[in-house]
Amino acid sequence: MKAEERFFRIFMFLSTLLIAVALLLLIASILVKGLPAISWEMISQTPKGGYYFGKEGGILNAILGSLYLSLGATFLAFIVGLPVALFMNIHLINRKKLVNSIRFFLDLLWGVPSIVYGAFGFTLMIYLGLRTSLLAGIITVTLFIIPIMVRGMDEVLKTVTRGLYESAMSLGSTKSETAYFIFFRQCIPGIITAILLSFGRAIGDAASVLFTTGYTDYLPTSLSQPTATLPLSIFFQLSSPIDEVKVRAYASAVVLTVIVLTISILSRYFTKRFHQHKISD
Amino acid sequence: MRFFDFNREFRDRFHFSWMTICLVMVMLLPFILFFGLLFKSTLILSSNSLGDLLFSSIWRPVRGEYGFLPFIISSVWVTVLSMLIAGPVCLLTAIHLTQYARKYVLRFMHPVIDILAGIPSVIFGVWGILIVVPFVGNYLGPWLGKEVSGYSILAGSVVLSIMIIPFVLNILIEIFRTIPIELSEASLSLGATKWQTIKYVMIKKALPGIISAFGLGVSRAFGETIAVLMVVGNVAKIPTGTFQPGYPLPALIANNYGEMLSIPQYDSALMFAALVLFVVVVVFNLASRTVIMRYERTS
Repeated sequence: MKAEERFFRIFMFLSTLLIAVALLLLIASILVKGLPAISWEMISQTPKGGYYFGKEGGILNAILGSLYLSLGATFLAFIVGLPVALFMNIHLINRKKLVNSIRFFLDLLWGVPSIVYGAFGFTLMIYLGLRTSLLAGIITVTLFIIPIMVRGMDEVLKTVTRGLYESAMSLGSTKSETAYFIFFRQCIPGIITAILLSFGRAIGDAASVLFTTGYTDYLPTSLSQPTATLPLSIFFQLSSPIDEVKVRAYASAVVLTVIVLTISILSRYFTKRFHQHKISD
Repeated sequence: MRFFDFNREFRDRFHFSWMTICLVMVMLLPFILFFGLLFKSTLILSSNSLGDLLFSSIWRPVRGEYGFLPFIISSVWVTVLSMLIAGPVCLLTAIHLTQYARKYVLRFMHPVIDILAGIPSVIFGVWGILIVVPFVGNYLGPWLGKEVSGYSILAGSVVLSIMIIPFVLNILIEIFRTIPIELSEASLSLGATKWQTIKYVMIKKALPGIISAFGLGVSRAFGETIAVLMVVGNVAKIPTGTFQPGYPLPALIANNYGEMLSIPQYDSALMFAALVLFVVVVVFNLASRTVIMRYERTS
């Protein structure tokens, strides 16, 4: 028994180590390959003629495109998601069973692969008579991140003590005032975390924008134009046979990784803030 | 509140309606997804039988033959293999982190898991091409006496397993945390060692939760697209070994969509593939989440 425990403890330690090493290896290999290729030109210019044969230019189109897309989608998802999350936790505060089934549904939606959203978004786009465009991408990505956004905010809102709801109601505020002026304010740091999480999902996903946003070398000037995105720019450049272009894919991967890591650090900061100001029972 | 002119009652009603509308929209979304995809698949379902689509291995879109078997089998291979790698690793790590690990290990591992969960799949794909594919092609293959390119089911599974580890691990940690402390205290007070308590009490108690965590991992792995697509080789043939290239369903959709708009039947076939993905993922999710919910209620 003693030997068995020791045996398993070694394996437990090793598997924990494996996970940490996998992350380190992942980040290290991308930095080693990508950092030498990164330059100011790379992130401040759009592709020039012959860019995809190794001539000059950069990936500003993809960086800005990704930011536009994710900001738009996060904004839309917030407008739809916040009322849903507040509704679940304030208006339905006495309907535990119903709220739990809503959560169940949202978790189900969260599990749907982004490629399915992509295929559906494409169909929707054709049906609405849109072409591959920034707008079509934003709609698709919004659908894809709404469950993440709602569940993220819901996780925070459900930790607020019931006493806060009761005191607000007893002071004569309406339910929506309690929701927006009390609960929302109380949970702002946690809600920012949920928004950041959704934003990170939106900026990193490739499968949902593959058919809906398209790809272009130009900066988008309106919602109806196709738009380049970072994940796709990495994907396309990596499939090139030319080495100079491949190296740029690694550099683009560094840019995306840095963006995602920044989001991760920021959301940790806000989670901490939330726990500092939490009112508990 | 004096910034608003109209009265509070009205404002409350307005918010109530808007909240209800949003909620109903979100609740309808899965049904819209399902019926939208089903509607688009009617064309292919009327010309080819369901049995042919799912169990024929002949893939010749030009001649109207759409057998999805090679893709389905590739998907199953990649998913099962990645769960075989990720499953034990997650279970061991979850036990380690919840039962044995010191505070500083936890403080280190929590951000690691979070960051790993947030890394975009395309980055995993790049990593796969940089590290996993050359490793499989240049070392593991020759070492086992096989002539391989590296772009294989195995490479796809390794990349995929790292991707789903944070997802499965987080659920497992949650499940081990919900085990009531009295349970292990009772076992310890009866003279069982810590290891015996973990082995005979905690794992037994958590078993439904563990299985459903793996079920959720399967559904996550089954639908993953870009990272797998980049390393799996994409050859439309039934794979016969882990070193062979495969062509999972999501990769099929991603590689062919858009170009095939001109052929309505092909378009419909790919929508059918998306429908299959949707149904498989939802069924696995539904089953696992039901078990987890019941499990959380009892503990």
